[in-house]
Amino acid sequence: MSTLTPARPRPAARVAGPRRTWWKTALGLLFTAVMLFPVYWMVNVSLTQTRDLRRDPPSVLPLNPTFEGYEAVFRQQLPNLGTSLVLGLGCVALTLVIAAPAGYAIALLRLRGRGPLNFLLLVAQMIPAVVMAMGFYAIYVRLGLLNTLPGLIVADSTVAVPFAVLLFSAFMSGIPREMIQAATIDGAGVWRVFRSIVLPMSRNSVLTVSLFAFLWAWSDFIFASTLNRNGNFLPITLGIYNYIGNNTTQWNAIMATAVVASIPAAVLLVVAQRYVAAGVTAGAVKD
Amino acid sequence: MTTISAAPRRAGSGAGPGDPPDRTRRGLRRVRPTQWAALAFAAPLLTYLVVFYAFPLYRNIELSVHDYNVRAFVQGNAEFVGLDIFRDVVGSGTFPVAVRNTAIFVVVSLVFQYALGLALAVFFRTSFRLSAVLRGMFLVPWLLPLIVSASTWSWMLNGDNGIVNSVLGAFGIGQINWLTDPSLAIWSVTIANIWLGIPFNLVILYSGLQNIPGDVYEAASLDGANAWQQFWRVTFPLLRPVSAITLLLGFIYTLKVVDVIWVMTTGGPANASTTLAVWSYREAFGTGQPAFSPAAAVGNVLILVALVIGLVYVQVQRRQEKAA
Repeated sequence: MSTLTPARPRPAARVAGPRRTWWKTALGLLFTAVMLFPVYWMVNVSLTQTRDLRRDPPSVLPLNPTFEGYEAVFRQQLPNLGTSLVLGLGCVALTLVIAAPAGYAIALLRLRGRGPLNFLLLVAQMIPAVVMAMGFYAIYVRLGLLNTLPGLIVADSTVAVPFAVLLFSAFMSGIPREMIQAATIDGAGVWRVFRSIVLPMSRNSVLTVSLFAFLWAWSDFIFASTLNRNGNFLPITLGIYNYIGNNTTQWNAIMATAVVASIPAAVLLVVAQRYVAAGVTAGAVKD
Repeated sequence: MTTISAAPRRAGSGAGPGDPPDRTRRGLRRVRPTQWAALAFAAPLLTYLVVFYAFPLYRNIELSVHDYNVRAFVQGNAEFVGLDIFRDVVGSGTFPVAVRNTAIFVVVSLVFQYALGLALAVFFRTSFRLSAVLRGMFLVPWLLPLIVSASTWSWMLNGDNGIVNSVLGAFGIGQINWLTDPSLAIWSVTIANIWLGIPFNLVILYSGLQNIPGDVYEAASLDGANAWQQFWRVTFPLLRPVSAITLLLGFIYTLKVVDVIWVMTTGGPANASTTLAVWSYREAFGTGQPAFSPAAAVGNVLILVALVIGLVYVQVQRRQEKAA
């Protein structure tokens, strides 16, 4: 078990020369192609002419592409994309404002009762969204928050906040205590230490948390379909869902919407892959 | 402190791995005045947890022990019925079906996600040309909005025009109604869910593998172990803690899946692909006649299961920390 301690560099000799591993590259390409086939298929269908949708066998390559589907997206779904953007950013802001100070309190100010609090946060992540949705629904009905964006932002943030607090406190407990002591000796107060030392040093955690909070809010379907289904501002996930319900023949338009809805995920993967991987691992492996 | 973390951010940790608890206690006594500050910094979170977690959960329990119809829901004067609703839910014909479907969905998803994720993690363990890029591409299914993946899969599995059937047709297999055949629907949504879960398993197991030092393998190969033996005698046993965590988390994530199934089959045909979570969603929001009380009762069953798994998870982690 002691072999599992982190940061043991692997000897460079393990990386074999390119000649011995070309077959692995070939195999890896094959695996990736199989894995990503559904994604390719989504793009392919989104470019297919409506009359070719029911062709048998379906054309594997979009040789005769059409942008009808995408035109439909830009005619009908632009407001929904805007709504999703607002939702995502709102959720990021709310999550950061709540989670970063809490992480500081738990990790560095040694908040009393942080053990039970950590356990609560862990369990909070396990509560099914459908249960939370019912609770929120019951509350929002009375408060008139149904079908409002702030209501949906709050509900969406419940997915991200426990994760964010755990991530922040795990990272911040690794900040060298000497730095904080030095600042304290120089006369910095608790708030000053937080703002000028802890937050800047936690930049990577802030990025990881923001990324996940955004993606989760952007992808949310359960809260949107329960708390916001008659709202004036529908997120893109509901846009797709209503599309499926209304015109099942227009699968090229549905898939075009799906492609557009996937853009943030694709962008974030390209720009911030290592934060994604860090977040996935942190969600699973933490104190 | 966790011992199986792979995140590089821990590498710079100032605190030693075995940070003794007595040091923590001494530190606490010294900094007691800052407890007020700690409380102030944690106040937003504590308020948030009470208002947006505890309160909705309380409302949920309250819903399940009252007989709510739509009017009572708005006015808030439902009759208290104790555990009657739970009894109705457990006694209803849907309950055994939903439990069976949940078991299939969760167990089959976990087995395949884990096995495939582990195989891929082993494949990617030593780097080769393009390995980092390809590993990154494997994250895509996990990052896409679930509704996007689910609708793509439902078109691929479409009985009349789906690509899956036309590929199978090329091998002489007749039309399969993946989503509309009652005996197949649960398996079809499970297939889609396996695909969705592979990236998560791959990433965690891969980072677990990275923490197994290379010299263990070198020693094993010096002793004459071939790749197969190395896997079963070295990789698999050393990976057991990470595997346990991965499977526990996977269990919880899979148990609460609604969107994938809902978009692909809405739990149908009839109840053929209804899991507990989908059942709860449908009772509350899926029909024109919301039945919040039964939905909340099913939801509470799910919470209970999640709580038990949460305790197991903490127990497993604690044991690992002690062993390290």
